[in-house]
Amino acid sequence: MKTENQKAWLFVLPVLALVAFNALIPMMTVVNYSVQETFGDNVFFWQGLDWFQQILRSERFHDALGRQFLFTFLILVIEVPLGIAIALSMPRKGFWVPVCLVLMALPMLIPWNVVGAMWNIFTLPDIGLLGYALNHVLGINYDMTQDPVAAWVTIVTMDVWHWTSLVVLLSYAGLVSIPDAYYQAAKIDGASNWAVFRFIQLPKMKTVLTIAILLRFMDSFNIYTEPFVLTGGGPGNSTTLLSIDLVKIALGQFDLGPAAAMSLIYFAITLLVSWLFYTLMTKDDLN
Amino acid sequence: MQKRSIVPIVYILFLMLPIYWLVAMSFKTTNEILAGFSLFPQTFTLENYRTIFTDPTWYWGYINSILYVSINTVISVAVALPAAYAFSRYRFLGDKQLFFWLLTNRMAPAAVFALPFFQLYSAVGLFDTHLAVALAHCLFNIPLAVWILEGFMGGVPKELDETAYVDGYSFPRFFVVIFIPAIKAGVGVAAFFCFMFSWVELLLAKTLTAVAAKPIAATMTKTASSAGYELGLLAAAGTLTIIPGAIVIWFVRNYIAKGFAMGRV
Repeated sequence: MKTENQKAWLFVLPVLALVAFNALIPMMTVVNYSVQETFGDNVFFWQGLDWFQQILRSERFHDALGRQFLFTFLILVIEVPLGIAIALSMPRKGFWVPVCLVLMALPMLIPWNVVGAMWNIFTLPDIGLLGYALNHVLGINYDMTQDPVAAWVTIVTMDVWHWTSLVVLLSYAGLVSIPDAYYQAAKIDGASNWAVFRFIQLPKMKTVLTIAILLRFMDSFNIYTEPFVLTGGGPGNSTTLLSIDLVKIALGQFDLGPAAAMSLIYFAITLLVSWLFYTLMTKDDLN
Repeated sequence: MQKRSIVPIVYILFLMLPIYWLVAMSFKTTNEILAGFSLFPQTFTLENYRTIFTDPTWYWGYINSILYVSINTVISVAVALPAAYAFSRYRFLGDKQLFFWLLTNRMAPAAVFALPFFQLYSAVGLFDTHLAVALAHCLFNIPLAVWILEGFMGGVPKELDETAYVDGYSFPRFFVVIFIPAIKAGVGVAAFFCFMFSWVELLLAKTLTAVAAKPIAATMTKTASSAGYELGLLAAAGTLTIIPGAIVIWFVRNYIAKGFAMGRV
């Protein structure tokens, strides 16, 4: 279908230049730091791959990585089915459609630190709406600054609140593109609701769901600001996700070498998992 | 049909609760907030908003944010348009690898780049300018814009291009006069996403600015630490950060619904 044309490179050049400026130069700086040791004053010593070995063996990194995978796993398992379910139950046309879509998209347009701050004041035990309701109306002892489980429930709920709408919007876009004739044919065949979902709706949503899952994976795996503002990684280290730990090492302790090595390992993991997702979800389309 | 609409209603209520709480708090005095729980503001006050609109360190935060977000949206969409056209219409050496490499930049955690970005933009003399933040946000917005636009362009039949050439259109004229209007929903959606991701990002924006281009979100964190717990003021500032997003999404509401369907579905 597509024609071979090497001049197309000219069209891509501005994008290439801008992204390369922002991606390659900082990346080279990170690579540079990752193999050196510094004691300040811009004096550097060659360190080889020591930092990489140190990070890969450190328990702290394993713990943060474990927490990160748990967080991303919970996010995907909750947000993707929930988003599809909500999209399925939405009206297909009429006055309420744009109203629904605008209200649903609203959380995604709030700056990330405001999201964290907002959930912070929402969950304060004595003066926040949720915290007050849980503690004084339902009688559940809830304080996320003390209890790691409560902190986890809160950051996961916050992310579900923040990002489920992305899955809803994309799934919904897939659903409205299905012609009515498909549903009429299914009705004539006497197909069950499940069959309609499995053989008509799901295949039509596949492409948009691939995008949704990839975006949710990347963004939840790289999440920093919201949980940092909400819990600061605590209580203890219980909600210290990878990015939070990385910033602690890089800007808190100013250990540039280990932080850079950790950045590269982190990036490599994100890349690898994204590639796996992408390959698995698109392998049928290649033929 | 009636029973089904319960699900979206409950979901939207769940979305609105924390937002209601933020807005309600912004109309309370800090004393009332700290004194105890109240579902509605007891002593309704606009003092928090008055502070923000009269203090330049506050309202300049908003102007700064809107400036760099707008610059970023224009740059991202403008350079992504021809690139997306190339990816959707032509095969060229390394096209697939290039496309994937672009997408990998969305995967890089912003935390990884914070310090190198600071050094890079200081070195080129752009530190603390709106342009610096706008350019830095291109890192994740350009790949996204290319991705979205390429999807929309794939839905436009190639015959459109061929007919235009037969009619004697030059490429630039065809692109601007015929092609871009044909995918204007896609341009709207791409611009919306660029706006959104640039507006909500804080880590890089904060790292690359000090005074002159400081975003509103950074003004909020600084106030939180310096003036103790001014919850009412913070809530008012937070409420105001929701408004630009709400306006932008209202403009593209029809594109969002129909627009996505024209893309990759």
